[in-house]
Amino acid sequence: MEKVLFGDNQFFAVNHLSDEKSREQAIRFKDDASIIRVLDQAIETGINTFMCTTHDRIGNICNHLRANPDKYRNFKIYPCMPYAHKYANAVTELGIIGTVKQYVPGNIFSTFTKGGVAYLNKDFIKLMEIFVDAEMKMFKGIDTPVIFIQNVVVDLILGLGLNEVFKKYDAYIRKKYNAEPGYITMNLPALLDALNSVGIHNPIIASSINKIGFRMSGGKEVYERYLNEKTFRPIAMQVLAAGALRPKEAIEYLAGFPKIESVLFGASSKAHIQETRDLIMEYMG
Amino acid sequence: MLHAGIIGLGKMGLSHAAILNPHPDVELVGVCDTSSIVLEAFKKFSTIRVYDDYKKMIDTEKPDLLIVASPTKYHYEMVSYALDRGIHTFCEKPFSLTTREGRDLVNKAADKGVVNQVGFHNHFIGTFRELKRLLKAGILGELVHFTGEAYGPVVVREKGETWRSDPKEGGGCLFDYASHVINLIQEIIGLPVTASGSQLKKIYSKKVEDAVYSILTLDSGVTGVLSANWSDETYRKMSTSLMVMGKKGKIICDATELKIYLKEANERENLEKGWTIKYITDLAIPVNFYLRGEEYSAQIDHFIQCVLKNKQSEINSFAQALKTDETIDLIIEDSKR
Repeated sequence: MEKVLFGDNQFFAVNHLSDEKSREQAIRFKDDASIIRVLDQAIETGINTFMCTTHDRIGNICNHLRANPDKYRNFKIYPCMPYAHKYANAVTELGIIGTVKQYVPGNIFSTFTKGGVAYLNKDFIKLMEIFVDAEMKMFKGIDTPVIFIQNVVVDLILGLGLNEVFKKYDAYIRKKYNAEPGYITMNLPALLDALNSVGIHNPIIASSINKIGFRMSGGKEVYERYLNEKTFRPIAMQVLAAGALRPKEAIEYLAGFPKIESVLFGASSKAHIQETRDLIMEYMG
Repeated sequence: MLHAGIIGLGKMGLSHAAILNPHPDVELVGVCDTSSIVLEAFKKFSTIRVYDDYKKMIDTEKPDLLIVASPTKYHYEMVSYALDRGIHTFCEKPFSLTTREGRDLVNKAADKGVVNQVGFHNHFIGTFRELKRLLKAGILGELVHFTGEAYGPVVVREKGETWRSDPKEGGGCLFDYASHVINLIQEIIGLPVTASGSQLKKIYSKKVEDAVYSILTLDSGVTGVLSANWSDETYRKMSTSLMVMGKKGKIICDATELKIYLKEANERENLEKGWTIKYITDLAIPVNFYLRGEEYSAQIDHFIQCVLKNKQSEINSFAQALKTDETIDLIIEDSKR
């Protein structure tokens, strides 16, 4: 993995500090062209990996990448699935079965003529695979060497103690996509223990890592102990603690943990991207 | 170690299960639902016992505490059954379909002396908690007006129907979205005693309202506006906010920040004249396990701590949820005028 990963929250009105700022972002990135412009600026600063959620609009970005193969030859995407709000809103409105019906391409219930829903009920893992394939469709032909599950799903599975599901996901991503599975979590220590318990070793885990302990469940100390002592491939995210930290002090803190392989951050202006990228390379490169 | 059970594995029930299960003071012994898609995953991959009959789960597992996250129309019978057996009960919002049923549950919980709580999780968001504290400290002086709002993209086109599209089953924006705002207004600003100009508007739904607008008068005499709309796709997810205006200034509060404007500095609170912004990064309640937001873990932990101490909390009791249901009734009645 490269040291610097470019995130996508800024494009989709995700701002953990201010609903007002998130609306400004929604207005600014109304057009796909405005997203592509910022991605190109990130590439100009030397960033070649875009870590993004499987938002509908990423499909359009992927079309652009495919249409310009020379320009984006070295460009990689790390998909993060699913875009949770799409499903969460659907589950509130349509229920779980209704959501499956809406989002799985084709008529899933006629695909499995033998019993339809009943078939899926008996094969939860098959359902997971169908969802992964549905989410991955938009990335066809694009280099996706690491494929992540979003924290809301990781932490749900973790909390429910369904750790075997991680094992199945891990195997499926390696086999079907020839990619490395990644995990995003708000509960790093508990997740690493759970993955280890089902035989997943040295996993790629993206989690909040920041000086003020924001969204580091269980406290900063246990995170730091895991970063110093355990075997895994950490990606630091929320490193600016939603803007509560200045970039320099944020990156200085991360530099204290040599195990951190990559830093994920998002920004909307070239100056910001350049500044953060340079800081990461200076302290951690 | 407390034994816990959950009825209903929809979005909230699953979320509660994932938060309860890793809790150090709790063993989640049983879950109950009628939809088998989720139950199969539990059966296959977990040691939690699975039921499709809630009475059987309660009678077999005899849990110390129960979470009821079924559709609203079942709350009354399920919570009743649990209370009759002396089980501490957490019920999802909205609390009950009728205030008669709600009152019955409030009385029963008091008779049995069990801990009771309803899932109005906004009270466990640091910003709203800080707003309550600041208003209690009187930093705005005499209050003159408020607005309470909730917007989000639940029903954004005309299509499919679930229990949420049946007004008799507690569906609709009033029960689902506006109830959160009403509860916040009631606990932070003051209890609504009358509703006027109430509008329950259908936008895309055929049977239930997609938006709620009403003018509420509080017991203090202060009036304000309630505005909720779950068919607003300009919001990525549900967004809830309160604005309170007083003679000494104004506060705007949502789940991420608290914007305070004061006409004069307040030294006791260390607030300057003009605008001060407080962020959730400084106000969030630390949790041991995070899923979707600190507030969901914090409310469950609060319930468990109350059960451990066998002491009813002042936050989100059945009695408070009943008051919210009573305001919902006021708005429905007023909208028919």
